[in-house]
Amino acid sequence: MTTGSAHAPTQTRTTAEPGTRPAGNRRTGGQPKRKRSRDTLAGYAFLSPWLLGLLALTLGPMLYSLYLAFTDYNLFTAPEWSGLANFERMAGDTVFWSSVQITLIYVLVGTPIKLAAALGVAMLLNFKSRGTGFFRSAFYAPSLIGASVSIAIVWRAMFSADGPVDSGLSLFGINLGGWVGVPALIMPMMILLAVWQFGAPMVIFLAGLKQVPTELYEAASVDGARAWRKFISVTLPMLSPVIFFNLLLEMIGAFQIFASAYIIGSGTGGPAGATNFYTVYLYTRAFTNNQMGYASAMAWVLLIAVGILAFILFRTSKSWVHYGGDSK
Amino acid sequence: MTTIETNPTAVPPVQPTRKRRQPRRKTAATVAWIIGIVLLTAVVLYPLLWMISASLKPSAEFGSNQSFLPENPTFDNFVKVMEGVAGIPTWRFFWNSTILGIGAVIGTVISSSMAAYAFARLDFKGRPLFFTMMIGTLLLPFHVLIIPQYIVFRNLGMVDTFLPLLVGKFLATEAFFVFLMVQFIRNLPKELDEAARIDGCGHWRIFWSITIPLIKPALITSSIFAFIWSWNDFLGPLLYLNSPENYPLPLALRVFNDQTSGSDYGATVAISVLALLPVMLFFIIFQRFLVAGVATQGLKG
Repeated sequence: MTTGSAHAPTQTRTTAEPGTRPAGNRRTGGQPKRKRSRDTLAGYAFLSPWLLGLLALTLGPMLYSLYLAFTDYNLFTAPEWSGLANFERMAGDTVFWSSVQITLIYVLVGTPIKLAAALGVAMLLNFKSRGTGFFRSAFYAPSLIGASVSIAIVWRAMFSADGPVDSGLSLFGINLGGWVGVPALIMPMMILLAVWQFGAPMVIFLAGLKQVPTELYEAASVDGARAWRKFISVTLPMLSPVIFFNLLLEMIGAFQIFASAYIIGSGTGGPAGATNFYTVYLYTRAFTNNQMGYASAMAWVLLIAVGILAFILFRTSKSWVHYGGDSK
Repeated sequence: MTTIETNPTAVPPVQPTRKRRQPRRKTAATVAWIIGIVLLTAVVLYPLLWMISASLKPSAEFGSNQSFLPENPTFDNFVKVMEGVAGIPTWRFFWNSTILGIGAVIGTVISSSMAAYAFARLDFKGRPLFFTMMIGTLLLPFHVLIIPQYIVFRNLGMVDTFLPLLVGKFLATEAFFVFLMVQFIRNLPKELDEAARIDGCGHWRIFWSITIPLIKPALITSSIFAFIWSWNDFLGPLLYLNSPENYPLPLALRVFNDQTSGSDYGATVAISVLALLPVMLFFIIFQRFLVAGVATQGLKG
């Protein structure tokens, strides 16, 4: 995703921009030399807080954490170089692998369901051109609060024995005795919590749907296409940049789920390790067991995993993401 | 942004013989649409309505009264939770959350608008690279940074103060806000800047007198998001704050939840309602800004 170089006078184009294209500020031709140097000084001055943050709170810590990944460090004695020991221990750590499995299921099952719901509701809202503002806001609200401790507590209460979900299901003769204590039901409960927050990607899908030219649907109708055919041949391809964008961000976000899992599992990863998501385990290793080296190694494995996932998405995107400008 | 109205199930070209059937089909579709959307709204809002109802139920009704509405609505739960936990009154947690939220807003608005002005309006060496890095941090899993950041802040003696939670806000570490403002500034007419420059204004003057007033909507959106995210943040306070008198609401909620786990849902849900109240009020007042921010931005809230 590194586009543009220091000499390119045009705006840096990011792949992560759905639909919108920056207007104006197109500089063509060279800049007068004096102005450029004045801009440089002002540029760094304006950027200085961000630059300091980048160095002191992002790049520096990343390098430090990379170093710690190859050490034994308990916060109280100096870090001790241990080579690949942390990674070797990780390979044989069954709790680690269980946290990997839980997290991957959550990301790979939860995210597609959430995005499908988001797209479905966005199309439902797009069906009408007016009077949908209230629904759009109502559906967006869960995205704003869904990751909070309050909602985690409410979710736990709703899915506990005698909670509304349990008593609702018992009307249909299904008696589960609450979901919270049953390890196998934790994942569906967590995925439901994720799907409930479909509003943010929905708003983005809706903005994308509004950009699809009506003529395309009209042309498809003339050719005799039915609704489903139009969805497959017009909506999905035209929406593919937005789908790509949502998929990337939602997946990366899903990897980082923490507060809900921590609260629902009371910070112990329970029941039977079912809420021991990757980040919860990382936190426990680092801040309960003081194994900063091991936890840093875990953090870098996460970073590399997310990097590989993003790379795969970017690579495959060439075959399924259609940018309007390219085909015309 | 262009607002082309599209209709995925567009009416096929009108055939004269079927003219009569068209309106009826359309009405039926509209009715089905309304029923569908109302049902969906009910499902989506159910957890929020349930939590309000549950917070008004006396503890005795839990488990026994399965109906949605409380039989004897009471504010007892709220009175009880206002007493606080661990000897700290609940208003203290609100106060701490408010301080953190206001600090986050001030820091975010200042640092992000400055960075955005540099990215959108200034031409300097390294800008494309920095811009790419800024976008890159959007995708960076936060958990890679927590351990080294914790060690640094610990060595600086800042643990159990608000500083570790606020420093990053003053250094524009949240790329979402920078990106949002960059997009906004790029869409402003450049002529104003150029006119001001001809009049002899420097960049600070242009930034302060022209850009800042014009990007007010983006500043409002950023402020609300910064406040709500800070208000809801759990991991940050969990890492850095040890003494209960420094706890913001999410940590207090956790203590409450662990203490009363399973025994007193009424009180636990009541404090959850209280903690969400400011967020919901902000949302109701500013929802247009928030939804528009997400729509143009493509990031979750």
